[in-house]
Amino acid sequence: MRDTFIETTTTLLAENPRTAVVLADISAVALEPAARRHPDRVLNVGIREQLMIGVAGGLALTGLRPIVHSYATFVVDRAYEQIKLDLDHQGVGAVLVSVGASYDGAEMGRTHMSPGDVRLFDTLTGWTVHVPGHRDEVEPLLRAAADHDEPVYVRLSTASNATALPGPGRLRVVRRAGPGAPLAVAVGPVLDPLLTATEGLEVTVAYTHTPRPFDVAGLRALAGRDVILVEPYLAGTSSAVVARGLSDVPHRLLALGVGGSDLRRYGTPADHDRWHGLDAAGLRRSISAFLA
Amino acid sequence: MRFNLQASGMTVTTTTADLSVLDGLLRRVTGDEKHAPSAHSTLDVLWVLYDRILRVTPDTVDAPDRDRFLLSKGHGPAAYYAVLAARGFIPPEWLDDLAGPDSRLGHHPDRLLVPGVEIGSGSLGHGLGLGVGTALGLRAQGLSDPRVYVLLGDAELDEGANHEAIAYAGATGLDRLTAVVVDNRSATHGWPGGIDTRFTVNGWTATTVDGRDHDAIAAALTAHRPGRPHVVVAVVAPKH
Repeated sequence: MRDTFIETTTTLLAENPRTAVVLADISAVALEPAARRHPDRVLNVGIREQLMIGVAGGLALTGLRPIVHSYATFVVDRAYEQIKLDLDHQGVGAVLVSVGASYDGAEMGRTHMSPGDVRLFDTLTGWTVHVPGHRDEVEPLLRAAADHDEPVYVRLSTASNATALPGPGRLRVVRRAGPGAPLAVAVGPVLDPLLTATEGLEVTVAYTHTPRPFDVAGLRALAGRDVILVEPYLAGTSSAVVARGLSDVPHRLLALGVGGSDLRRYGTPADHDRWHGLDAAGLRRSISAFLA
Repeated sequence: MRFNLQASGMTVTTTTADLSVLDGLLRRVTGDEKHAPSAHSTLDVLWVLYDRILRVTPDTVDAPDRDRFLLSKGHGPAAYYAVLAARGFIPPEWLDDLAGPDSRLGHHPDRLLVPGVEIGSGSLGHGLGLGVGTALGLRAQGLSDPRVYVLLGDAELDEGANHEAIAYAGATGLDRLTAVVVDNRSATHGWPGGIDTRFTVNGWTATTVDGRDHDAIAAALTAHRPGRPHVVVAVVAPKH
């Protein structure tokens, strides 16, 4: 996904003179060819994430469309107040593109993990959040985001589903069970483990790469009594959205995702999936218990 | 220290009548009859900027090639509002209900509520980064004429975000950018060695002036050189 981001952004810089990229060293080498061609629109500020967002705000104030990129923990967690004030409060937008996701960099430890990024955007208003589940979903999302001035967050990951499901951000049924069956919604790269986990169960599985704005109309059309949410970031991030969307419909909600505590463990992303119950076996256990 | 009406009346464009009007507007926004205008540390710098330096008028607040003035030190914006009213950016009536429930003017300015205000500010340490980005955005669009001025306080310099911006602007020779630091010695731990050195060590040019001397301020604000960002340190009486 990161390579697709680099390729697409390099193309966008050539095609659209309104685009500009702001970096804080991360991926600067990969974008060096684009920087040579567009020295005024590829800006590496060094390891300065507060400035990175401040610069993006200033660029947007002059009418450009900034694309800002770093690890999720640096571009979102660290620079949260700059996102709130230098973008939102100024009434301007940007495209923030992160890598690292919740624990893609598990071997680097907690300092490089950001399971809470999407939840932070829920404290703000008007952000579109894309969580692509396959590299082929990335380019159309980036192209669409570069074309307007609204705030957009794109959360890239090394985790991936086997098959891309590009297209609109609406909930898309991937496996349909009978009417009134439990609905399980996967956001981004957790679709494949969810499909494995629900094999043989009477559960409708739907997918989205765009949790914000959440497709509430699609949710209402598909939901029976039982709703299962599987997100690759903090568990329960979308619980409030689902609860609001179904406030007049009797329902039960199981919200699965990354746990909130610092496990103080390294290992691989697959290890963390297992520890957080996000591998197929863990999802199967949680879902079976919920539906029992 | 008093706002020096006579000395300023000697300058090219400012008249004693202008300053008298400004004085009245300031009293109107603060509702304060007791304190001299000099209680407002930024007043002289703001007046010189809007009177002699900035190429922006109420008719050009959205013009792409206008000069930008970013008030980073959003705290205590009474002088800013008075100057904006004096120069016709906002109606003087707006000054009468500061921070009221229907007021467009609060104790920190909001760019979406006040014509001519380039950034909403208040939380310290945001303006210089936005100013760097604004200068870069103008450059990327071939707008080589406008300058970007950012006003900060000496205590605001405590915020680390400023030092990210100072280092980067200096290293890249961002010469469309001028920072103005109004120094009333309110930083808790001070700036031993001088505020200007924080900038010059990073490649900026710097001028330190009497923050009440309008001619000196104007000269400092035009002392920038190609290839380097510029800072004006305007020293006023200590806050305490």
